[in-house]
Amino acid sequence: MIRLAFLLALLPFAAAAVDQEALLAKRPAKWLSAYGLFADAAAQIPAKGVTPYDLATPLFSDHAEKLRFVWTPSPARYVADEAFEFPVGSVLIKTFAYPRGAGLIETRLLIRQEAGWKAWPYVWDAAKGDAQLKLAGARFDVSHEGQTISYRVPNANQCKGCHMRDGGIVPIGPKARNLNHEFAYSDGTRNQLSEWIDRGHLDAAPQPPASANWRAGDLADRARAYLDVNCAHCHRRDGPASNSGLFLTYGEDDRTAWGYRKRPVAAGRGSGGLEFDIAPGDPEGSIMVHRMQSLDPGVSMPELGRSLPHPEGIALISEWIAEMD
Amino acid sequence: MRTFPFISAIFALSATMAAAETYVVAPGTDAAEKLQEALILAEGGDIILLAEGRYPLVDGLSLDVDGVTIRGAGADATILDFSNQQGAGEGLLITSDNVVLEDFAVENSKGDGIKSKGSDIITFRRLRVEWTGGPAEANGAYGVYPVESTDVLIEDSVVRGASDAGIYVGQSDRIIVRRNRAEFNVAGIEIENSYNADVHDNVATRNTGGILVFDLPNLKQNGGHSVRVFNNEIVNNDTPNFAPEGNIVGTVPKGTGVLIMANRNVHVFENRFDDNAMIHIGIVSYFEDYEDDDYQPHPRGIVIRDNEYGRGGFEPSGEVGLFFAEAAGGEIPDVLWDGVTPITEWLSWTAEEDGVYVDEKDATFGNLRMIAQTIYPWGASVDRDIDDYRGRLPEPAPVKLPQDQ
Repeated sequence: MIRLAFLLALLPFAAAAVDQEALLAKRPAKWLSAYGLFADAAAQIPAKGVTPYDLATPLFSDHAEKLRFVWTPSPARYVADEAFEFPVGSVLIKTFAYPRGAGLIETRLLIRQEAGWKAWPYVWDAAKGDAQLKLAGARFDVSHEGQTISYRVPNANQCKGCHMRDGGIVPIGPKARNLNHEFAYSDGTRNQLSEWIDRGHLDAAPQPPASANWRAGDLADRARAYLDVNCAHCHRRDGPASNSGLFLTYGEDDRTAWGYRKRPVAAGRGSGGLEFDIAPGDPEGSIMVHRMQSLDPGVSMPELGRSLPHPEGIALISEWIAEMD
Repeated sequence: MRTFPFISAIFALSATMAAAETYVVAPGTDAAEKLQEALILAEGGDIILLAEGRYPLVDGLSLDVDGVTIRGAGADATILDFSNQQGAGEGLLITSDNVVLEDFAVENSKGDGIKSKGSDIITFRRLRVEWTGGPAEANGAYGVYPVESTDVLIEDSVVRGASDAGIYVGQSDRIIVRRNRAEFNVAGIEIENSYNADVHDNVATRNTGGILVFDLPNLKQNGGHSVRVFNNEIVNNDTPNFAPEGNIVGTVPKGTGVLIMANRNVHVFENRFDDNAMIHIGIVSYFEDYEDDDYQPHPRGIVIRDNEYGRGGFEPSGEVGLFFAEAAGGEIPDVLWDGVTPITEWLSWTAEEDGVYVDEKDATFGNLRMIAQTIYPWGASVDRDIDDYRGRLPEPAPVKLPQDQ
C-alpha cells in the first residue's frame, strides 16, 4: 500500500475519467478498462476521484493482499453500525494480488445501480494489462510462498453468498468502525473518515465508533472484531446463515447466539463430533476452531474464499475460548 | 372499450413469451461455466435445459433469479456430478423465488445436495440426490434441503445416503412432501421447526429413522406445528446410524419409524409400519439442556390413529435406544411416549388440546411417565393402558400451495 502511495505521488494528475454510463449499464462490460477506474490499472493507480482505502480488520483470503478503492458521484449517507448508504452510481473496487508472486489476480466491482448493488468479477490477464469479466467465476492454481493455492474467483451469485442481506447485495467493508483509522495517502497520512468527507465520498461522521482492530486491544474485543469481519456477513440474524442460529456480529449479546455452549443445528459432519460451537476453556473441543482449521469443503468455514487456514485468526479465537469460563 | 382489456392481455402474453428464453446446456469441456453463466444471466420465465449426460463440477452452482426453471432429461439421465467438488457448502444453491427444479440428479456433493434458502414457491420434482458410495459419515448432511422457505413442494424424488436427512425441511411454512423415496439416509425425511406440513405417500425405508418431526431451540423459527404424516410406507429402517457425532440425528436409534420431538399438532395416521427394529412411533421431549425462553420442549396435541403395524421393537440398539428399551421394561410397544410434560402439569392436569392421543385398533402403547431432564421414570411402572389415551383433536387443514392448484 505504501509503495502504491508513492506511485500516486508521482502521478498527481492521473487523467482517466470514471465512466458513469458503463457503471450503470445493465450488462457488465467485458473488460475492466471500460469503466475508467484506473489511470494505470496494471500498477493499480486509480483515476482521478477514485480513492484508495483499507480496513481495520479485513477478511482473510488465503494471504492475498487486497487493494481497495471507492468512487462516488455524491457523498454516501453515514450509518453508525453498518456499511454507509452509497448513492446510485457508486463503485467499490477490490483487487486481489500476491505482490511477491502471481501479481494481480482479480478485481471485483460492487456497483450501486438503480435496482441495487451488482457484483462483477474480473480476472487479470497480465499479457493484455487488463482484466476480463468472468461471470461464472474461475478456479486456477496460484503459488504463494511455496504453497499452491487452488484460487477461487467467486461468481456473481457467490458474491451474494457473503454480501446478501434482506434479499439484496450490500457492501460489507466500508463501515465507520472499520475505516476510523489513519491511511497513508500520496500527500500525507490522514484519518480515512475525514478524508472521505473532504473528498465528497461521505456526508458526515458524527461520533464514529472506535476502530475495530483485531490486532489491538482487549482479547474479547479483538476476537469479536475478527469474527464480525470473517463470519458475520453470513452469520447474522438476516444473513445467509440465519438458519444456523449462530450470530457473530460484533454487537450480538445473546451468548448462546454467538456460540457459547450452543449446539449445532444443521452442521452435519461440520460439527466434527463436537458438542458446542464454543466449549468454554476448550478451543480444541469447539466446533468454531475445528471449522476454522479444516480444509475440507464440507467442513471448512468460511465456505468461500479460503483454501488455507489462517494461523493468526485460529490463534486469536483459540486464545479467547481458552480463557473463557 | 370492451375489447381493450382483452387486447392488452394478449400483448402482455406475447411480450412475456418473447422475453422468455431457453438456455440449453450440454455436457462438454466448458459446460460448468456455461451452466453457471446461464444461472446468472437467466431472467424470470426463462428455462435452463440440461441435456442428457454427466456434468463434472468442481464448484457449487447457484441460482438467485426469480421465476427460473432448471430442467434435466431425467433423474438418471442428467447428472450433476460433484465427486471432485472443491468449494461451496452445497451442490446447488437456490436463493430466489418461484423456482422449479426437475428431472435431474445431484451426486456426491461435499456438503448438502440441493439447498434452497429463503426461497418461496419452490418445487423439487423428479430429482435424485445421492451419495453413490452408500451410507458414510463423510457424505453431505442433507439431500433436498429447503430452509426458511414458504410454499415448498417436494415430490416424486429419490434421496439416498445423506449423513443427516435425505429430505430436510427446516424453518419453513406450507410444505408438501409426497411420493418420494428416501432410503439409506440417517433420517429419511425430517420436518424441523416448520409450520403446516403434509408428508404423505412417501416410502421411507432402510434409513436409520424413517420420518422425523423435530423442533429445536435457539433457532429463528421455532414452535413447529401442524404437521400431518399420512399414507406413508415406513418399513425396515435398518441402517446403522452414520451421522457425524454431535448432531441431533446422531441420537436416533437404528430401526426408528417415526420420531416426534417437541412440536404441536402433529397427526400421524394411515401409515404402514413394519420391521422397524427399535420402534414404530416415538414421541419425545427435547432432552438436552438449552437457553431459550421461547422454546417449548414437549410434544403437544399429538394424534396417532389408524396406522397399520407389523413387526417392530424387536432389536433395540444404541445408547438412546437401549435406555428407552430398559425404561420400557424390555417390552417395546408400537407407540412409545416418554410422558414428559411441563412440571406444573404433574401437579395439575394437561389441557385437552395439549394431550397425546393414540387411537389405534391393534397396537401396543407405553407411556414411560418420565420427568423432564431426568433419566428416572416417575413411577416404577410404564402405563400401557392404551384406552386411557383414546381421543382425537381437530386435524390441521390440508396444505395448499400456489404451484399445486
